[in-house]
Amino acid sequence: MKSSLMLHTITRIVAFIILSFSVFLFFAGHNNPGGGFIGGLMTAAGLLLLYVSFDLKTIKRVIPFNYTTMIAIGMLLAIGTGVVSMFFGDAYLTQYFDYFQLPILGETELTTALPFDLGIYLVVVGVALLSILTIAEDDA
Amino acid sequence: MSLLHLVILAPFVLAILVPFLYKYIRQVHTGWFVMILPFTLFIYFLQFLPNISRGETIHEQLPWIPSLGINFDVYVDGLGLLFGLLITGIGTLVVLYSIYYLYNKKKESLHNFYVYLLMFMGAMLGVVFSDNLMTLYIFWELTSLASSLLIAYWFHKERSRYGAQKSMLITVSGGFAMLAGFSLLYVMTGTFSIREIIAQADVIVTNPLFIPAMLFVLAGAFTKSAQFPFHIWLPDAMEAPTPVSAYLHSATMVKAGIYLVARLTPVFGIAPQWFWIVSGFGIFTLLWGSVSAIRQKDLKAILAFSTISQLGLIMALLGLGSAAFHYDVAAVGTLYYTATLAAVFHLINHATFKGSLFMIVGIVDHETGTRDIRKLGGLMAIMPITFTVALIGTLSMAGVPPFNGFLSKEMFFTAALNATTMDIFNMQTLGILFPVIAWIASIFTFAYCMLMFSRTFLGKFKPEKLEKEVHEAPIGLLIPPIVLASLVVIFGLFPNLLAYSIIEPTMASILPNVLAEGDRFYVNIYHWHGFNTELFMTIGVVIFGALVFLNLKKWAEATFFLKERDPLNWVYDNSLVWLVSGSIKVTNMQMTGLLRDYFVFMCVFIVGLMGYTMIKYNIFAIDLVNVAEVSPYIFILVIVLLATTVLLPFISHRITAIVATGVIGFLIALLFVVFRAPDLALTQLLVETVMVVLFLLAFYHLPELRKEKFTPRFKLTNLIVSIGVGLVVTVTALSAHAFSHANPIDPISDYFIKNSYDLAGGKNIVNVILVDFRGLDTMLEVLVLAIAALGIVVLIKLRMTGEEDV
Repeated sequence: MKSSLMLHTITRIVAFIILSFSVFLFFAGHNNPGGGFIGGLMTAAGLLLLYVSFDLKTIKRVIPFNYTTMIAIGMLLAIGTGVVSMFFGDAYLTQYFDYFQLPILGETELTTALPFDLGIYLVVVGVALLSILTIAEDDA
Repeated sequence: MSLLHLVILAPFVLAILVPFLYKYIRQVHTGWFVMILPFTLFIYFLQFLPNISRGETIHEQLPWIPSLGINFDVYVDGLGLLFGLLITGIGTLVVLYSIYYLYNKKKESLHNFYVYLLMFMGAMLGVVFSDNLMTLYIFWELTSLASSLLIAYWFHKERSRYGAQKSMLITVSGGFAMLAGFSLLYVMTGTFSIREIIAQADVIVTNPLFIPAMLFVLAGAFTKSAQFPFHIWLPDAMEAPTPVSAYLHSATMVKAGIYLVARLTPVFGIAPQWFWIVSGFGIFTLLWGSVSAIRQKDLKAILAFSTISQLGLIMALLGLGSAAFHYDVAAVGTLYYTATLAAVFHLINHATFKGSLFMIVGIVDHETGTRDIRKLGGLMAIMPITFTVALIGTLSMAGVPPFNGFLSKEMFFTAALNATTMDIFNMQTLGILFPVIAWIASIFTFAYCMLMFSRTFLGKFKPEKLEKEVHEAPIGLLIPPIVLASLVVIFGLFPNLLAYSIIEPTMASILPNVLAEGDRFYVNIYHWHGFNTELFMTIGVVIFGALVFLNLKKWAEATFFLKERDPLNWVYDNSLVWLVSGSIKVTNMQMTGLLRDYFVFMCVFIVGLMGYTMIKYNIFAIDLVNVAEVSPYIFILVIVLLATTVLLPFISHRITAIVATGVIGFLIALLFVVFRAPDLALTQLLVETVMVVLFLLAFYHLPELRKEKFTPRFKLTNLIVSIGVGLVVTVTALSAHAFSHANPIDPISDYFIKNSYDLAGGKNIVNVILVDFRGLDTMLEVLVLAIAALGIVVLIKLRMTGEEDV
């Protein structure tokens, strides 16, 4: 296939917007629509756009992620956050939250659900891309 | 957590360290590190002895899953302590013995051996000190696992693997039955604590679940303690290294069943069924084991059958002892608890003499290279120390004075004779069987003792049949059996050393509430009882036993002697074959390899289940009150949706098909938007997007879409199934709506709406449910996703040709 200049140029901008929006969605999740699952899917969709419009090799050089490792890290993060509450004598996966005064951000709510959600996010991105890329790379 | 909990867990902790000790400290045999632990624990348990023998008990609690009544409760009384001392005491000797037995540090995988051994030790301590039936069960299964691993220690040998599998299958299925029994006990009493169950014993005896619970528990005990007809695993377990056989398969693990029967006698003992089953199976096992032992040619096999028969003896005694619940002991005196006394005493004696004999056999095997009695002979002059120890052990096992075996054998005869005088449970007519069977079995016991001893140590030395040059064993191999043999002599000469220190407290655990408050059992063991029936029985045993032994040569060619394998093995082997072939048949019926079939199975199951339930409870209802107003948007959406769906099967081009499916997905996302579910809509949109890419990729690999010719029958089935699914889903939705209208209940969403901000600090309840209220579900879902993704990678990248052994 001939490389399409228009597709490439637009993809560069659009992918950036999608990825930024996915990060926003991820953080917005606690109070607005969004969250780890949706954010993860959005990131995966953005990255997929890159893979589809450019070729696999180029993107692999640009974003050298190992998605298997990403799944493992995500799983560990999700399971690990659950364990923390056990040290305080609460049930597994009890989440905590409180409000803090942070510089720049002002009063901010910090929750243990966030790292848990980050774990979910990583697993979703990893799973989506790993399965799709594995099938795509299969040339037999 | 108390020191006692730590003591039980200590072997497991040490087991973790063993591989490191083995790897980094190669110059010292790993066994030396391991030996410290049982020895320390033995000393630790000894210091309980004064308190326990005064009749005190120790109880320590540790909550584990309190909501289910499962706690790690440790309870030390006479019975537990007796086993604790056996486990650690014999454990120390066995580890010492194993250091010299598995002397080749480089060739033997010592780390495996000691990890399994320590695992067993900890599990066994857990079994005997647990007050909670569930913890007991967990430790119980761990002993089965450890035993199986130890039998398969030399796993390159086919016989070892066979024996390991056999012991695992038999003991674990028994253990599973036992779990059912424990659950029934819980249903009846509402507690897993053994002491609380005992307290309710007289209440539950009338419960209809009482007998099933008893049978299940006994299945566990009988499989573990190798009672007929489950005994067949024990001879095959002899493939394990001899230290293991001495420890697990004669002194401790096989006695776990005995322990369980003893421990639960206060619960079940009042029932006549208990009396008959326990004593009946026990006495029959005694006979079966002793008769089978005489036709074995392998020293360890003789010992295995001898262990089976001796376990039967103890079991029978425990059964007979339960009769004490029916008599006023204060009135009839010691008569009815002699059986229990004999059981406890013989338990100790058996551990000492059988342990030493196993070690002797190990030494003979180690020094001569064979255990076949047809090749051995005349070792007396070459191995004098071994010979002496073997003589003491054999005579004790045969029941010859002045050794401890004689004392407990005499008491066994007394108990069997007492059984004839009982006036309960039809004993007037059948009771006579007990002394008769006991006597016949003892004759065979005497004969196989003679056989084993004389064929090994007496007669002519046959060096030409042996592969090794024979000499006396190293001192390290000799110390453990010497210690045990000394105990045989000491307990034989001064049996009352044990009387009130350990035997009496143990009896008090087995037969509580039999005596009046503050009374103690009268325990006095001595040799000379005068010229009574028991003495004449013993004299008869010696004479007839010797006759049987002397005539063995004549019978040696009889078919009975040529068949060494227990006939019951046929049943085991064949049922295993049938099990495998049966499973394959059942699996092949449903695993057709066609995704289409699986999909039909799933749909039919759902339709069947839901349809059946709905028809059975007659909950069809349509109630259109209180329905939201249907806006024109929805009409348009639904019409387009239906049109696309109907169109889909007629599309013959793949890309168009993908696009059509995508349209359906996006329309559903729009529906979500209309119904104000932004999170769902967003997720649906994204999933659709990613799916389209995935589809495109997958379809790239597929051949051209072709029209397939289907038979009308196939089409009809599909039609019925798909209409069924649609119908059931629609009817369910409508009925659910009508139901919720007819029975106003608070929807669960109210709770989340009310509490999501206060309890979890989030305004988006969908996300709060995902990460907080139902966090575990989410975690497990992503886990499933992760496994699926890795599965895809394996399926695609591994490229197996189908010949690999997976």
